[in-house]
Amino acid sequence: MAVVTDPEEEVRRRQKGRAIVMAVLLAAFVILVYAITIAKMSINR
Amino acid sequence: MNSAALNRTTLPADWRDFLALTKPRVMSLVVFTGLCGMLAADVPVNPVIGFTAILCIALGAGAAAALNMWYEADLDAKMKRTARRPLPAGRMDRQSALHFGVGLAFFSVILMELATNRIAAAVLAVSILFYVLVYTVWLKRRTPQNIVIGGAAGAFPPVIGWAAATGNVTLLPVLLFLLIFLWTPPHFWALSLFVRSDYAAAGVPMLPVTAGLKTTRQHILLYTLPMGVAAVAPWPLGLAGAFYGIVASAFSLVFLGIAVQVWWNRATEPAGMKPEKRLFAFSILYLFALFGALVADKVWLS
Repeated sequence: MAVVTDPEEEVRRRQKGRAIVMAVLLAAFVILVYAITIAKMSINR
Repeated sequence: MNSAALNRTTLPADWRDFLALTKPRVMSLVVFTGLCGMLAADVPVNPVIGFTAILCIALGAGAAAALNMWYEADLDAKMKRTARRPLPAGRMDRQSALHFGVGLAFFSVILMELATNRIAAAVLAVSILFYVLVYTVWLKRRTPQNIVIGGAAGAFPPVIGWAAATGNVTLLPVLLFLLIFLWTPPHFWALSLFVRSDYAAAGVPMLPVTAGLKTTRQHILLYTLPMGVAAVAPWPLGLAGAFYGIVASAFSLVFLGIAVQVWWNRATEPAGMKPEKRLFAFSILYLFALFGALVADKVWLS
């Protein structure tokens, strides 16, 4: 595994990793809220 | 300060460190007991709502774990078992852990209320507050009974799962709460016997540190008896069938047998504490087996 020595490069790598994880979680949350809405509507019908 | 140390404290934390804050391995037991509480209710639950309820239980447990690590960073640094966690290892600043824990706690409770019902959300909120305020902040550093009262925090998931499915709390989820509540002391005291030097070094008043090995071994045996009663109780009370009753009785007898071996053991060094290590490992299997048997009994055999 390559060792990253430049601190700025490491900061950017971590920020990118966090941004990707955050984007995936937000997308999952949107899908979940949509699915909950559909489920609630079918229960209350 | 050398450049490596400077980098460690100024770099933004990696996302894996946020995940580590939630204690994923502990979460698996919480999710399992919560799911079993929901399935044992034996009422139809929409799969999306059920999934969301379990997700909220997991997130709530993760939030409580993160806040525990935020508060105990100084203690964790003193113990071998916990020194490599993100905060004591210097991979994350404390404020990030606090914000993450509080945010996740609010998110899990609000989502639980929106997806299921107010009772489940309220019990989830109580469980998080209990673990953080009563166990972590109040009891852990003050009394050797920390794990006895604090164990209640880990006993909430089946009640939350049940409440999410039914909207109420009846005798069976209360018995499941009691089972985990009484299981926690023998489970943790077995662990604390063979890692007591860690607790002593950190100044945590665990029972083996304050009362000695003999008293701790007696306490393990004493708590095993009511735990076994609580485990088997759903069967004679008509809340579970014979399959669960037989599994609970057999596993409780094995638990009691190992607890007797622990009671007999006179070893003072971890190398001689095989019964303690066996009890710790078996106690995890015990909980999985009993909750699994309860679900099998209620869902497939009734």
